[in-house]
Amino acid sequence: MRQIRIHGRGGQGVVTAAEMLARAGFLAGHEVQAIPSFGSERTGAPVVAYCRFADAPLRTREPVLAPDVVLVQDPTLLAAGRVFAGLAPGGLVIVDTAGDEREVRAAAHAQDLDATVLTVPATAITLRLLGKPKPAAAMLAAYAASADDVTLDAVLQVVRERFPGAVGEANAAAAEEAFAFVREERAAAAEVRDA
Amino acid sequence: MREVLEGSQAVARTVARCRPGVVCAYPISPQTHIVEALSVMARTGELGACEYVNVESEFSAMSVAIGASAAGSRAYTATASQGLLYMAEAVFNAAGMGLPIVMTVANRAIGAPINIWNDHSDAMALRDSGWLQLYAADNQEAADLHVIAFAVAEELGIPAMVCMDGFVLTHATDVLELPDADAVDAFLPPYLPTQVLDVEYPITIGTMAGPESFTETKYLQHLRFLDAAEVIDGWSRRFLEAFGREAGGLVARYDRDTCERSRDASAARAGDVTVVAMGSVLGTLQAALPALHDAGVPVRLVGVSSFRPFPAAALRAALGASRDIVVIDRALELGSGGVLTGDVGRALAGTRSRIHSVVAGLGGRPILEASLQDVVRRALDGTLGALDFLDLKTGGIPVPTAGATEVHR
Amino acid sequence: MTTVHIPFLQTGSLAVGGRLLSADERSVQSHSDRPSSLTKGHRACQGCAEALAARWVMDTAVDAAGGRLVVANATGCLEVFSTLYPESAWKPPWIHSLFANAAAVATGIASSLRAQGRDDVRVLAQGGDGGTVDIGLAAVSGMFERNDDVLYVCYDNQGYMNTGVQRSSATPASARTATTPAVGSTPGQAFGQGKSMVRIAMAHEVPYVASATPADLRDLEAKVRTAMSIHGARYLHVLVPCPVGWGSEPSQSIALARSAVQSGIFPVLEARAGELTDVQRIRERCDVTEYLRPQARFAHLFRPGGEDALDRWRALAEANIRRYDLLGGA
Repeated sequence: MRQIRIHGRGGQGVVTAAEMLARAGFLAGHEVQAIPSFGSERTGAPVVAYCRFADAPLRTREPVLAPDVVLVQDPTLLAAGRVFAGLAPGGLVIVDTAGDEREVRAAAHAQDLDATVLTVPATAITLRLLGKPKPAAAMLAAYAASADDVTLDAVLQVVRERFPGAVGEANAAAAEEAFAFVREERAAAAEVRDA
Repeated sequence: MREVLEGSQAVARTVARCRPGVVCAYPISPQTHIVEALSVMARTGELGACEYVNVESEFSAMSVAIGASAAGSRAYTATASQGLLYMAEAVFNAAGMGLPIVMTVANRAIGAPINIWNDHSDAMALRDSGWLQLYAADNQEAADLHVIAFAVAEELGIPAMVCMDGFVLTHATDVLELPDADAVDAFLPPYLPTQVLDVEYPITIGTMAGPESFTETKYLQHLRFLDAAEVIDGWSRRFLEAFGREAGGLVARYDRDTCERSRDASAARAGDVTVVAMGSVLGTLQAALPALHDAGVPVRLVGVSSFRPFPAAALRAALGASRDIVVIDRALELGSGGVLTGDVGRALAGTRSRIHSVVAGLGGRPILEASLQDVVRRALDGTLGALDFLDLKTGGIPVPTAGATEVHR
Repeated sequence: MTTVHIPFLQTGSLAVGGRLLSADERSVQSHSDRPSSLTKGHRACQGCAEALAARWVMDTAVDAAGGRLVVANATGCLEVFSTLYPESAWKPPWIHSLFANAAAVATGIASSLRAQGRDDVRVLAQGGDGGTVDIGLAAVSGMFERNDDVLYVCYDNQGYMNTGVQRSSATPASARTATTPAVGSTPGQAFGQGKSMVRIAMAHEVPYVASATPADLRDLEAKVRTAMSIHGARYLHVLVPCPVGWGSEPSQSIALARSAVQSGIFPVLEARAGELTDVQRIRERCDVTEYLRPQARFAHLFRPGGEDALDRWRALAEANIRRYDLLGGA
C-alpha cells in the first residue's frame, strides 16, 4: 500500500489534488481512496488531504498517519513543522517552491530527515500557463515523474476530465512542464552522484 | 462499471436512478454535495420527470416531501445534524402518516458546541421517530442502500433514513460500481401509494385521533415495524441476486479470517471477543482486526446494518456463543454509555454477556486502527471496563492544534 | 313617513347570495348543488366565522377548479373541529400534517402534480393566523418567493383560539387574551406590536393578494375566483370573528366582520404583483366603538381610563383610511 498526504492551503485545490491522484492511480490499475480532512477553514487556511493506493480493496477509514509520500503545495507551511509528521523512513517529499532541497530542509527544521526531498516550482509554472495559483496538476505530474505507480498520461487524462476545455489544457501544459522539470532535476542529480 | 467517485456523487446518481418525483433540498454540511449533484442532474434532465425544490429550511424540506409523497410521488431529501433536529417534528409526522419518504442522513454531531464533523448523535436522537434507519459501512453500500431503501419503504409504508458517516464517507473518494439504471428499473417497482390525495377518490389524511383510538393506531404502527425486518432482509437478498454484491440486510457478518463481509460467515464462538459496530468504522475494523487474528487473538466482527428496526434475533444469531462483546458506539447516552450499546444489551438480556461500550469518534475524532486493536486486547485480558472513551485526552479540554481534525493518540 | 322593514332575504341582496338574480349571476352558495366542501356534522362553535368562511372559500375554489382541488390544512381550530377520527367533514382530498407547514406541504403537492403532468388539479393551503402569521410564516414566505402554484388562505381570528385564546402576532392592540390579560396600566395586547400579513404578502410581489370578510359573500367569492384564475403563489386573508375568543355573541359574527370594514379597521383590498389594484370603499362609515363594544376582549376600553386607547383605535382607523383611501376621492 502507498499512502500519500497532501498539504496546502484552502483555495489551492488540495482536496481536488487528492481526488485526481486517486483517479490517476485507478487508471494505473490500483485500488484507490482519497480522503479530505475537512475543516471549517476558509481560503488560505492549512488543509490536508490523503490518498491511498493498494492492490486489494481499501477498507480503512483512518487518516494517513504514516505517509510514504508528502506533497507540500505551499512552502510557507514548512515552518509550522508538522508536514513531515509520521513520514516513513526513506519516504518521498515533493515541495512546490522555487528553492532547493537545502532550503526546504532548513525551513522545516528537517536537515536530518531520512527522505528524498524534491522541489518543483509548480505554482510558478501554473501561474505562467494558467494564470491562477492552482498547482495541483503540476504537483501530481511531479509525483508521476518521481514515482512508479502513476504515469504522466494518467495525470493528463484525469486533469483534462476534471477541467474540460482551455483550463484543462493549461493545467495539462503545466503538468507536462513540471514533469519535465523533475525528470531533468533527477537526471542532473544522478549525474552529480555518478560523477 | 467500476469508477472513482466521491460518496456524495455516488449517492446522488443512485438516487436519480431510483426516479424520484420530487427532491427537496436545503444545504447543511456534510450532506450538501448530494443535493448539489442532484440539482445539476435536475438541470441536465438526468433526473427525468422530477421536481427539484429549493426550500427555506429542513422543516420545509421534510414538509414538501410529505406533501409530495401524499400526492403520489416518490419523494427524497437529505440532511444532517442540526438540520435533522430542525425537521424533527415533520420526521415523526411522515412516519405517523405512513409516507415512504427516503432521506439520506450524512451523520454529524449535534451542538453545542457546534461541530460539523461525524458522529451518530443526529440519527440517534430520532431513533424512535418511526423511520427505518439503515447504516452504510462504506460508499458502495451507501449508494446501494438507497435502492433497497425505496423498495423497502414503499412496500412497508414506512419512511427510511439511509445513514452514512458525514465527511468520512460523503466526502471520501472510492472505487465504486453504481447500480446500473436499467437494473434499478428492473429491480425497483414503480411507486404505487397505498393512500393518495386523488380528486377522483378523495380521502382525508392526517386526522386527529383521541384517547379511544391513539393506542391502537400506535400498536398497528408497531406491528408494521415488526414486519420491517423480514422485508429489509428480503429486499437485501434480492439486491444480492440482482447486483451480485451484499448491501443492507439486518446484520452484517464478516469472515473469521479475512474480515471480508460474507452472508455465509459462521457465528462467533465461545471465547471470541466480538466487536459490534455500525457505519464506516466497520471498514477500519476490517483493516485492523486481521492483524490481531493473525497474532492469535480470537476476535470477530459483526456489523449492525439496520438500527431501526433493531435486529435483535439476527444479532443474537451472529454473536453465537461469544459472550465478550465490544460495542463501538458513535453516539453517547449521557450518564449511561453508548446508544447502540443499549440496544445490544437489550437484545442480549439474559445471556450473561459481558458488554463493553466504547464511545468513539465523537465530533469527527478519527478512529484509529491501533486504538481499536488496543480495545480488543484489553477486552480479552479483562482490563476493558463497561464504558470506555476511545483515545480520551485527560486533564481538561486540550488546546486545539492547527487543523481541528489533527490526529493525536 | 312610515318605514317598512323588508328582510334582506327577499331583496336578492348580497347577503343571501343573490337567489333572485339570474342563475349565472348567483353566488356559489346560492345554489342547492353547491359543493359543501366542509360538510355538516363538524364540531365548530356556534357563530364560528372561520367555518363559514372556509366553506365559502373552498366551495368557490372547488367550483373554479371544476371539482379538482386538493387541500393542505395547518393545525388549528379548522382542522380539529373537522377531522376527529374516524370522521371527516371534508369532501375534497384533504391533508393535515403540522401546525407550521401547510404552505410547504402544499408546495410538495403542487410539485408532485407538476412532476406527474397533472396541470388540471389545483392546490389550496389554509390555516389560521397562528399557523400563518406566526409559526408558519417561514414556510409561507418560502412558498411565496418561489411562486409555487398554491392559493394560501389565512382565516384570521386574531389569536390562538384552539388552545384557549392566547395572543398571536395578529392579535389587535389592547385586546385581552389569556396571555395578554386586561390588568395593569396597559391592559391587553400592547399597542405598536403585530404585523400586517397582507403587506408582507404584497412585499413578496406574488401575483395576487387580497383581503376579505364573510360579511361580503359576493366579494369573498369573487376574490377566490380571481385567485383561482391565476397561477403561482396567491394569498387571501379573511377576517373571521370568533365568538369564544372575542367574547361576542354568536349571532354577531357577520356584523362584527362588517363593522371592522366599515370602521376602517380592516381594509378590504386587492393587490397584484405587489401593487395595490383595488380597495373596497367604506359604504357607511361607523365609529370604532361599533366594532369594539360588542367584544368582551375590549371591555376594559369602555371603563374609566379607556378613552386613550379608544383614541388610539380611532387613529389606527384614520391611518388605514389615509393609506388605502378607504373613503374615496383622494
